[in-house]
Amino acid sequence: METPVNKPKQLRIALRNCGMLDPENIAESIVRDAYQALGKVLKEYSPQECINILKQSGLRGRGGAGFPTGLKWEIASKSKSDQKYVVCNADEGDPGAFMDRSILEGDPHSVLEAMAICGYCIGADKGLIYIRAEYPLAIKRLKIAISQAMEWGLLGKNILGSGFNFEIKLCYGAGAFVCGEETALIHSMEGKRGEPTNKPPFPATSGFMKKPTNVNNVETFANIAPIILKGPEWFSSIGTKNSKGTKVFALAGKINHVGLIEVPMGTSLREIIYEIGGGIKENKKFKAVQTGGPSGGCLTEKHLDTPIDYENLIAAGSMMGSGGMIVMDENDCMVSVAKFYLDFIVGESCGKCTPCRIGNKRLYEILERITQGKGVMKDLDKLKNLSYIIKDTALCGLGQTSPNPVFSTLENFYDEYYEHVVEKKCRAGHCKNLFHYVINEELCVGCAACKRCCPVHAITGEKRKPHYIDSNICIRCNECIEKCSFDAISIQLEPKILV
Amino acid sequence: MEMIELSIDNKVLRVKKGTTILKAARKVGIEIPTLCHMELHNMNIENKPGSCRVCVVEVDGRRNLAPACITEVTPGMVVNTHTVRVLNARKTIVELLISDHPYDCLVCAKSGNCDLQSIAHKFGIRRVHFKGEKSTYRKDTSPSIIRDVDKCIMCRRCEMMCNEVQTVGALSAVNRGFISVVAPAFEMNLEQSSCTYCGQCVSVCPTGALTEVDSTNKVLLALMDKSKTVIVQTAPSVRAALGEEFGLPAGTLVTGKMVAALRRIGFKYVFDTDFAADLTIMEEGTELLGRLKAHLAGESNAKLPILTSCCPGWVNFMEHNFPDLLHIPSTAKSPQQMFGAIAKTYFADLIGVKRQDLVVVSVMPCLAKKYECQRDEFKVDGNPDVDFSISTRELADLIKQSNIDFLNLPDEDFDTPLGESTGASVIFGNTGGVIEAACRTAYELYTGKKLDVIEFESLRGKEGIRSAKLDFDGLTLNIGIAHGLSNARKLLDDVRAGKSDYHAIEIMACVGGCIAGGGQPYHHGDSKILRQRRNAIYREDKNKTIRKSHENPYIIQLYKDFLGQPCGQKSHELLHTVYYDKSREEITIHHD
Amino acid sequence: MVPKLICDDEMADVHAPATSDKDSLKVTIKLSVEKINAINRICASYDNDPEELISVLHETQNTLGYLPAEVQEIIAHNLKISAAHVYGVVTFYSYFTMVPKGDHPISVCMGTACYVRGAEKILDELKKELNINIGETTPDQRFSISCLRCVGACGLAPVMMVGEKVYGRVSPNDVRKILEEYREDNCEECKPTQQL
Repeated sequence: METPVNKPKQLRIALRNCGMLDPENIAESIVRDAYQALGKVLKEYSPQECINILKQSGLRGRGGAGFPTGLKWEIASKSKSDQKYVVCNADEGDPGAFMDRSILEGDPHSVLEAMAICGYCIGADKGLIYIRAEYPLAIKRLKIAISQAMEWGLLGKNILGSGFNFEIKLCYGAGAFVCGEETALIHSMEGKRGEPTNKPPFPATSGFMKKPTNVNNVETFANIAPIILKGPEWFSSIGTKNSKGTKVFALAGKINHVGLIEVPMGTSLREIIYEIGGGIKENKKFKAVQTGGPSGGCLTEKHLDTPIDYENLIAAGSMMGSGGMIVMDENDCMVSVAKFYLDFIVGESCGKCTPCRIGNKRLYEILERITQGKGVMKDLDKLKNLSYIIKDTALCGLGQTSPNPVFSTLENFYDEYYEHVVEKKCRAGHCKNLFHYVINEELCVGCAACKRCCPVHAITGEKRKPHYIDSNICIRCNECIEKCSFDAISIQLEPKILV
Repeated sequence: MEMIELSIDNKVLRVKKGTTILKAARKVGIEIPTLCHMELHNMNIENKPGSCRVCVVEVDGRRNLAPACITEVTPGMVVNTHTVRVLNARKTIVELLISDHPYDCLVCAKSGNCDLQSIAHKFGIRRVHFKGEKSTYRKDTSPSIIRDVDKCIMCRRCEMMCNEVQTVGALSAVNRGFISVVAPAFEMNLEQSSCTYCGQCVSVCPTGALTEVDSTNKVLLALMDKSKTVIVQTAPSVRAALGEEFGLPAGTLVTGKMVAALRRIGFKYVFDTDFAADLTIMEEGTELLGRLKAHLAGESNAKLPILTSCCPGWVNFMEHNFPDLLHIPSTAKSPQQMFGAIAKTYFADLIGVKRQDLVVVSVMPCLAKKYECQRDEFKVDGNPDVDFSISTRELADLIKQSNIDFLNLPDEDFDTPLGESTGASVIFGNTGGVIEAACRTAYELYTGKKLDVIEFESLRGKEGIRSAKLDFDGLTLNIGIAHGLSNARKLLDDVRAGKSDYHAIEIMACVGGCIAGGGQPYHHGDSKILRQRRNAIYREDKNKTIRKSHENPYIIQLYKDFLGQPCGQKSHELLHTVYYDKSREEITIHHD
Repeated sequence: MVPKLICDDEMADVHAPATSDKDSLKVTIKLSVEKINAINRICASYDNDPEELISVLHETQNTLGYLPAEVQEIIAHNLKISAAHVYGVVTFYSYFTMVPKGDHPISVCMGTACYVRGAEKILDELKKELNINIGETTPDQRFSISCLRCVGACGLAPVMMVGEKVYGRVSPNDVRKILEEYREDNCEECKPTQQL
């Protein structure tokens, strides 16, 4: 499912082994340098030295927020405790994202090795992978990989004779997007509801079972071994000033080449969409690309030449997120896109804090009214004000970023909102109540085929005279268009008949 | 201790490291509004999910607003608690809560005492800008508690009390998102769950989601029935708290006014549950000595420790969780029930009224008492010993409805013969009080000597589990005391494991004892109120001339005229009871 | 004659009298010995550790098909946690179900990529064909419909799953054909309904 490897713009670090080896045979991974970095670290570096390498490399968390990884490990290493944990966040809940799944299915050892290195650095002998239940193949391959690594003495007690112990266990998600948030994830691993708790205290101080815990994303871990083996300077030579290395993106939506790509930070959106992605499907017009999933926003034509990195995306009103990129064309209604994301959030909100539990529901209701053609101008102000307050007061990252799609679409596609509210028009032809099925009098022969098939009797007319559809009754089921042999019925933005 | 300097609303202050913004602000006279946060300082109980977001404040350098109740101060922190940005956020949060709340204020049981209502009023909310769908649920009622969780605001206080403080585990947050709510398992009725009716959830609920079953109308109906003689008994804790409902400071003893008010409401005889508490001591003290003597004589089936049994919430808890230990609590009924049993036999005969025509009402600080008086074993041919139990709050309502000017009432006395009581019975309201009362009598009966000092200071205190060794003229008595069901569980686990060396254990379900019961005036999280009530109880004891149960002349007369001996046959018939296995673990096998 | 009070208190009459009858509060769990043993085995394999609740629930649901109240009570008993806690966890996570799914559970992915490629229309078509709503099971227990939040197969959007089988690039016209594969006479993979 990955895009052709020979596209020159790509540089595979996290995905270096995916598709190149049999993940169920550890020997093949070892041939491609698996556990070399672990060996090197155990033999040549103290924990602090290894942390310094990471800090030097400039690696930032690939799960979404982009916190400097080396610094994260350092804080955890400085916390004093008799027991610490390394956790891999494999809950990949962003719709449209499948980077982590591919790494876990294609190169599980890269993650296991990195977790062991992390354990060594922070002083943890236990690792946990929190993986969503919707990834059964990844779970299977991880189990095989862990057991093979244990057999080969690369995990477990006294790894490579170094005296360092590290064992890894799997924990399962159960269908809750919010469990991708690190504190919610931790509570889920403790057998509880996945409700986030306030930070501070951060997991590095008090996490799983109240012990210092380092949580990193799958893709972050996949970058560790190459950094150790090739050196931090190599890694920091790739990318932009503040965003080093590469990022895996999942291209989806109205684009010709759907799949995973890995490009250096700083690659422009234009290159990604047109050169690597093959351009817009059916040659339609590019409208926007949603990055960062439900926590992100959309980038538009004016951002096409923006180099993609953490800061630039935030400045553009979006965020990197896990790397999902959903491409949209002229037939996508941006108000509906915002509504879709809010619907998702409303279904996934844990319900703990007021702004997210009730606020997001109200945001969704306003957007629903707008797409139904019942919006008023005041609704647009309400959307903005409520979004701001939700962002300002929500307890966790899910709530704090949930209004981003609203902000972003309001900012970049205000015209569409205006049209929905004032003109009751949906230019993309998506919002059912805002477009109309219209019979062209010139073409209609009055055969009444449409009238007979209409399930709600919205069509009137006499035999052999042009018929008429009452838009107030019509439910836009499309039956009439399918039945008309004369191409006399079309979808219009206005209820008027087109001459 | 490291001190941190910060400024709040331009006031500079220094506080200990680890202090939250909320507490730091209080030190400089700034009261940041809260809703889900609740701290009962004296009892080490704190609910701080940080989820309502009402207490948010602006912190320089922080991108979003910070919840003051859980954000700890940092050096040089600059906090602003009422900028326009903060006020706008707070108002919107409350508007959102109201938008998902029934507009029931006019008829809601919590009106006037509702934290959400107070905050809406305080913030001047006149319009709800964000109207929409409301989450609705099935109403649920039980003998003591009504759940109307359309009004739930997910503050999680009830869940915290039930699971962490009481370890009863009847409630949990269920579902996810907009429809999430706090409910029993499988959203069954509270009555079918392991709920003990201790009512602590009711006493901390900020809205009308959890309230008590209101029996005032039933009482009024009885009072209106000319064919009935309606009498009332009042628990000790009521007199120490009732005044709060009329604006008196917490800890004001209003015994005389309470009696006067009850008369004016229309009760024919106003009696004192304390009388029955003295009776309980006679029975339970005799039982204790009996079991102790058997134990000392080396009898193998001597059942020690003996546990007090006057708390129905605790009895429920025991029946649910320790059905294997049902032989160790005292078999004595609670004072409420002993009163009812005596009232409907001895007293009914005395005034020539038939049992069915005598209506016994009790005023209790407790919600479990509503359930207790309905237990089948406390009825004779279907007629209950105690017909209705109302809470201190309900009594205040009755007084107000009867147009009585409470504050200006004269002090009146209880009626006799069931109204005279000793100081020992009053202290039943405090944790440690029941066992202290029992010991005052047990000591003198066992040793034959008079106590030099009447107060047993070693039995008093506020720690959840306390123990004391008492010297009964050479015999050392090990006493254990627990209040709060999590502490009760710990002691009972020890008993079950055979590790307990207590001779007697007093257990009260509510932390603080009955003065903190589920039916008392709402404390809204101010634990100072509980301390004042506690002190009032000890003051009332000190003011009594007779302070030991066995010296109550009316009790002596009752045994002489009617009961015979403590733990004698008649006493066993009327004043003792049995317990039932209510554990949920019966699994019947279904054969396919 | 006692006049009726105008403000009659209806709630107080609603509740059933409290009872000391021990049987009325007992939970009657009707499960076969094998099923009870299976649950006990699963709990024991995780050392009856309450932290492992989610793994226990997963395995129990995989074995028994769903998690009705009785099953949750047994798990609560074994792990020494309250039934309310178990119920709170079961209802929080979308994966766990208290009602049996159909023989062939259908999940439509509603992730963004699939949405943008028309997942809603597939859902509508399914609802029309089977005459049930999302979260429901057909009366003959053959099919049930649920929505999944992104299975990570975005390259094949829109995606529909029947049981474990993934169908990619589904169009509304394909729906009827796919359902045909699972009708009584055609079905090669039919399993008997899991019943307790």
